[in-house]
Amino acid sequence: MVKVYTSSIIDAPAERVWSVIRDFNGLPNWHPAIAESRIEQNHPSDKIGCVRNFSLKDGGRIRECLLALSDYDLSCTYSILESPMGVTDYVATLKLTPVTDGDRSFAEWSAEFDCPPERERELADLVGQGVFQGGFDALKERFGGR
Amino acid sequence: MVRVRKSTVVNAPIDHVWDILRDFNGHDRWHPAIGQSRIEDALPSDVVGCVRDFTLASGGRIREQLLSLSDKTYSFTYCLLEAPVPLVNYVSTVRLKPVTDGNGTFWEWICSFDPPAGRAEELSRLVGEEIYEAGFRAIRDSLAGKRKRSSQSAPTSSTVSAPAISSGQSMRGGAMVLTGHGGPERMEWREQNVPAPGPGQVRLRHNAIGVNYIDVYCRTGYYKLVEPPGIIGMEAAGSILDVGAGVHGFAPGDRVAYACPPPGAYCELRTMSADLLALLPDEIDDATAAAAMLKGVTAEFLLHRVHHVKEGDSVLIHAAAGGVGLYLCQWARRLGATVIGTVGSEEKAQLARRYGCSYPVIYTQQDFLETVRDVTEGRGVDVVYDGIGASTFEKSYEALALRGHLVSYGQASGSVPAIDISSYSSKSVSVSRPNYAHYTSTAEEIRSSTDRLFPLLINGDLKVEIGQRFPLRQAGEAHKALEARQTTGSTILTLGE
Repeated sequence: MVKVYTSSIIDAPAERVWSVIRDFNGLPNWHPAIAESRIEQNHPSDKIGCVRNFSLKDGGRIRECLLALSDYDLSCTYSILESPMGVTDYVATLKLTPVTDGDRSFAEWSAEFDCPPERERELADLVGQGVFQGGFDALKERFGGR
Repeated sequence: MVRVRKSTVVNAPIDHVWDILRDFNGHDRWHPAIGQSRIEDALPSDVVGCVRDFTLASGGRIREQLLSLSDKTYSFTYCLLEAPVPLVNYVSTVRLKPVTDGNGTFWEWICSFDPPAGRAEELSRLVGEEIYEAGFRAIRDSLAGKRKRSSQSAPTSSTVSAPAISSGQSMRGGAMVLTGHGGPERMEWREQNVPAPGPGQVRLRHNAIGVNYIDVYCRTGYYKLVEPPGIIGMEAAGSILDVGAGVHGFAPGDRVAYACPPPGAYCELRTMSADLLALLPDEIDDATAAAAMLKGVTAEFLLHRVHHVKEGDSVLIHAAAGGVGLYLCQWARRLGATVIGTVGSEEKAQLARRYGCSYPVIYTQQDFLETVRDVTEGRGVDVVYDGIGASTFEKSYEALALRGHLVSYGQASGSVPAIDISSYSSKSVSVSRPNYAHYTSTAEEIRSSTDRLFPLLINGDLKVEIGQRFPLRQAGEAHKALEARQTTGSTILTLGE
């Protein structure tokens, strides 16, 4: 089991950041690696169990299932159903916590998954730096001039 | 049950911060509110169940028990066994998390307790500010190599101790007294008796006083707010000298600011209701507070309470380069709104743009309705902030989107004409005519307002430009400059050294 944990500080109130990332179908609106996304079966994007089907800008397609969404904890948990990455049992959580000192947000993005041992480092880096930190960098830029 | 949740980010690796916080008996080395601490029964401080018995720097004794400690999650939880304040069922958790992006540490300090009736707010503030936030600052200072502040020289735990009740003596202080309604020369320097604070009151020494155009109206008698021989002035910052009976949350030495009726700020010493005051964070100096309170609080209630501006809203602000206008522009932009503003000149358009107004319109050269139509693609704006009145009101209405909100907060060009509201059904608009006093009349309202305002002043989201400073005795010169339109930004009066 590989565990990845990435965290960052985003210079905007948590409710504002949450309003951007809450939409399970909204990745293309803020994550630079995502080209387009749709929710399968026409479900609302906040229906637990819905599946987002999105394509990466490099062409890959990923299907992910929403396992939990909390407007109380400002967190979202999902699993990967299909992806070109070669991971199994992948579950990730994206969570915000308000930083009351300065009205900012503490953002955490963590994942656990299995993969062949020789690919652990590469995939941990792809997920932690490429996907998660890449998303945080985009959010930091988006809210930078708040 | 009440919950308090405070959090901060410390610019140090998590192991470093945890080294300091992990020792349940170590808080007397870094927290300014703690006197001396020991663990009962000679136990090590990381034995779960151990009890720390400590004194407060202000006097008073507390016993707390360690309920859990985890080196895995960098957290510990403890409860109160004995305390001089009624924090019933108090359980608190300290938790650290790594910020992998930059190698810092996120630090959360939370608790829950059952307060006696009516004391929830006071006790929440005591815990949240005097313990948790003061602790954040202390650790930051400690990591920066500063020694713990001596509690004798800086009494920060104002509500832990019983505040020093006033001795009851009146004091002498200078003031600019209005000898009659009229020109600036009608303000005269006089020494006055400043009474000891009565119940619910405090006595302040002002350090900086804000000058606003309303002061001119008070001086001339256009507004009948001050009768000679009274004192004008709406806002100031300073420090508390002494407090009257029944005052909670303030102690001598606390830095405070206010902006509110009743007028009376143009003086060295003032006795007034404690309910009108806001405690000033260390990061906000007196001059900034005196310059920013009235306009900042005004912007707060206009943008958050009269209308709640949200991300993606479009907003039209008249006189965008004016005193309140610049605050509205900066703040609305920061909330994620698209800001259109009207201004009188190219110079002011540039100023407004620097302060967050994306679409300044010089109203003498261009019709702001055209800009509104272009920017909103014909939809109209969600809210208009109109302090101009007669000359803009009808067009402000036209600028609104369906279900838009027209907020009329002044009438610089004259009173708004009588309206037949039935015509408003063509757009389902709302109209508000807010009054400053109705949004700032209780301690809770002032506090909720400054809780929004102060962080923006600290982090620079709201820029405050102090263009002129005059000694209090030269308040007349300040008024002349203001009336001659020679001032830029805010004007303040200064005192003493």
